[in-house]
Amino acid sequence: MKKQFDRGMGEVLGKYQDKSRENLIPILQDVQERFGYVPKDAITRIGEFLGLPSSKIYGVATFYNQFKFSPPGRYHIMVCRGTACHVKGSALILDALLRELRIGAGQTTRDGLFSIEVVACIGACGLAPVISVNGEFHAKLSAKDIPGIIESYREKARIEGGSK
Amino acid sequence: MFDINANGRTIEAREGDTILQSLERAGIKVPTLCHMNGLAPSGACRICVVEVEGARGLIPSCSYPATKGMNIKTNSKRVIDARKTIIGLLLANHPDDCLYCVRNGNCELQKLAEEYGVRERRYPVKNSSVGLDITSPSIVRDPAKCILCGKCVRVCEEIQKVSAIDFVRRGSKMEVCTAFEQSLNVSSCINCGQCVTVCPTGALREKSYLQEVHDALHNPDLVVVAQHAPAVSVSVAEEFGFKSGADVNGVFTTALREIGFKHVFETSFSADLTIMEEASELVERIKNGGTLPMMTSCSPGWIKYMEQFYPEFLGNISSCKSPQQMLGALIKSYFAKQTDTAPEKIFSVSIMPCTAKKFEAARSEMTGKKGLPDIDAVLTTREIARLFKLCGVNMNALKPSEADTPFGRRSSSGKLFGASGGVMEAAIRTANFMLTGKDLTHPRIEFARGMDGIKEGKIKIGDLGLGFAIVNGIGNAPKILDQIKNGRKDIHFIEVMTCPGGCIAGGGQPLNNDQGRIKARMASLYSIDNNEQLRFSHRNPEILEIYEKFLGKPLGEKSHELLHTHYSKRNVLR
Repeated sequence: MKKQFDRGMGEVLGKYQDKSRENLIPILQDVQERFGYVPKDAITRIGEFLGLPSSKIYGVATFYNQFKFSPPGRYHIMVCRGTACHVKGSALILDALLRELRIGAGQTTRDGLFSIEVVACIGACGLAPVISVNGEFHAKLSAKDIPGIIESYREKARIEGGSK
Repeated sequence: MFDINANGRTIEAREGDTILQSLERAGIKVPTLCHMNGLAPSGACRICVVEVEGARGLIPSCSYPATKGMNIKTNSKRVIDARKTIIGLLLANHPDDCLYCVRNGNCELQKLAEEYGVRERRYPVKNSSVGLDITSPSIVRDPAKCILCGKCVRVCEEIQKVSAIDFVRRGSKMEVCTAFEQSLNVSSCINCGQCVTVCPTGALREKSYLQEVHDALHNPDLVVVAQHAPAVSVSVAEEFGFKSGADVNGVFTTALREIGFKHVFETSFSADLTIMEEASELVERIKNGGTLPMMTSCSPGWIKYMEQFYPEFLGNISSCKSPQQMLGALIKSYFAKQTDTAPEKIFSVSIMPCTAKKFEAARSEMTGKKGLPDIDAVLTTREIARLFKLCGVNMNALKPSEADTPFGRRSSSGKLFGASGGVMEAAIRTANFMLTGKDLTHPRIEFARGMDGIKEGKIKIGDLGLGFAIVNGIGNAPKILDQIKNGRKDIHFIEVMTCPGGCIAGGGQPLNNDQGRIKARMASLYSIDNNEQLRFSHRNPEILEIYEKFLGKPLGEKSHELLHTHYSKRNVLR
C-alpha cells in the first residue's frame, strides 16, 4: 500500500517542475484523480513539496467542494440535488440514504461499500428525482425505494465477493 | 501629506495611508475587530465601515486608501446602523454566556455591543455545535465563541510562521481549525499563546490551573511555594490599573504571601543559575570544539518548534533546563532537604508570562526521581491577577517585601531574561568573566537591546572574537537557521525567544498588548539593570552559596542530574 502511494505521489509531483503555490490546486486535482480522494499523507507530502504547512493545504482543499478526504466506497452514490430533483423531493431521498447508511454526505461507510456525494445536477431531469450508483441510474425514486436499492448492492457485493 | 475631510473637520493624511490610519492619527475612533497593526488589512469584520462621499456603498476604512479631498463620515446614521447590524449578526451565533466567560469585562465584542447599545437579539440564535478543544496543556479553543476575525490565523502564520491553524471550509461552515481538524495537542502548535493575546473574544484562552492552585493553597497538608518570572513583576500591575511597565516586585511578593504561598522565590534567581550553567557550557563548547553555534533553551515554544521543524539542530540547543524547571528541580531537592519537607508535600507553582511554560512543566523530561513533576502548576500573569482579585488583594495597600531564601536573591542579569536579548547580555557578562577572570567595566551590551526581530553583534572576549545573534518572534528564526545550514560560521551563540519582544510580550501577559506597553515593560527591565549594584550572575551570593553547599560546580554531576536535559525529534503534522 505504502509503495503504491509513494509511486503515485512520485508520478503526480514529478509532473510539476515549478514548486510554486499556484500549483497547489492542480496538484490536489491530480492526486484526487489518481487515488479517488485526497489522502492525509498526500497533503503532508504536497506540503513538503511546495513548502506549505498542512493546515494551509487542508484549508484550501476544504474550501472547494470537489475534494474528498475519504476513499470512495465500492459503490459510489451520487445524489442529484438539482432544481428538478429538488422539486420532486430529492431532499427526502438524500435523507433516506444518510439514514440507511448512517454516514454523512462526502463520507464512506466503515465497511467501505458505500459513499455518498451530493451533486448539483446530473443532467437527467426527466428522471427526477434520480441517483446514480457507479454510473447506474435509479430514476423517479421515492424515499421508500432506498432500502431496497442499497440491499441490492449489498447482495451484489456478497455474490461477487472480494474487495474492490 | 494631503488633507481629507472627516465628520466636517479637515485632517491630515499621509501618502499610503488607509482611511483608518488617517482617522486614528487624528484621534477619530473607528471600531475594528480584525485589524492588526503592521500587517496587511484583511477586511474580515467590516465593523470599521465609514461613509465616503461619492462611493456607492459603505467602505471598510481599514483597507481603503485615503485620497486627497475625500469626504468621510464615521458617525452618520447609516454607518451606525450598519455597525449595529454587523454586531447583531456576529452575536447571532455567539453564545450568550458572557457572565460565565473568562473574557467577561475585557471582551472586544462585548464592549462593542455595549458601546453600540445592542440591547436585544435581532436575529434568532444559531449556535454552532462545534466543541471545546481542551487537549492542549496550554491553550483552550472554544470555536463556538469564534467570530472568524482571523487574527489568530494571521499571528500564527504571518508573525510566528508556525501555521498550526487556518480557516477550514467556507461560508457559513467556515471554522478556524488545525490541519485535518485534529486536536491542538497533536498539531504543530508551539503553545506560544500569541493567538490568545490577539483573540477579541473568549474563543482562545489559556488552560487555567487556578482551581488546582486555589485548592492547594487551602490544603493544610501541602507546602505551597511560588516562583515568579522576571517579566511578571513589570506587567502584572497593569491588571490593577497601574501604568505600563510599573515594577511591583516587592508588593507582588507580599501579595503572594498574603494569599497563602508559604515561600516566594524568584525565577530570576534560577535565571542567574541558568547563566552559570549555560555560560560554562558555551565556554566548554568553544574550548573543546563542541557543536556551535550554541542556542538558548529557556523558551519552551522555541524548543517545541525545533523538535518539529529543525530536529537537525537539536544538538546545538543548550542542555540547560529553563529557569522555571531548574528552580522547580531545586525546590523539590535542595529546598526540601534544607527545610526537612518531603518533596511530595511540596506544591510548586510558577507564575509566568507564558502559556508554553504550562506545556513545558508537563513534559516527561521535567519529572524528578520519584516521578514527581518539578513544577506542579503554572499560572499566567493574567491568572495570578485573577487570583489576586478573587482573594481581594489590594496592591496599593501592601508594603513591599523581600523574596525568601535560598532562592530569592538575584542579579539584574537574571531580571533581564524577561526581554529579548537579556539572556544573551547576561551570558556575555558571565562568559567574559569565565574566560578572562575579569568583570566587564561596561556590562551593558548595546546590540542586545531593543525590539528588532534579529539582532547581531561581535565581541572580543580575551583573544577570542565571538559572534552573537538574538532572535525574537519565532517567525524570524528560520532566517538565521537557514544561514547556518548554508554554512555561516561566524556566530557562536544564539538566543531565541518565541514571542516578539521576548517574555514581556508573552502569551500569558495582560491582554491588549500594544507596542507602547511592551516597550514600557522592556524599559522597566533595563532601568532595573541600570540601578542595580549586583549586575553579574556569577556575583550573586546565593548562587555562589548553592554551588558551595549543594551543586559543586557548573556542569558538575549534581547539575547534570537536576539542571540539564535533552530533547528529541517530535513527529507532528507540519
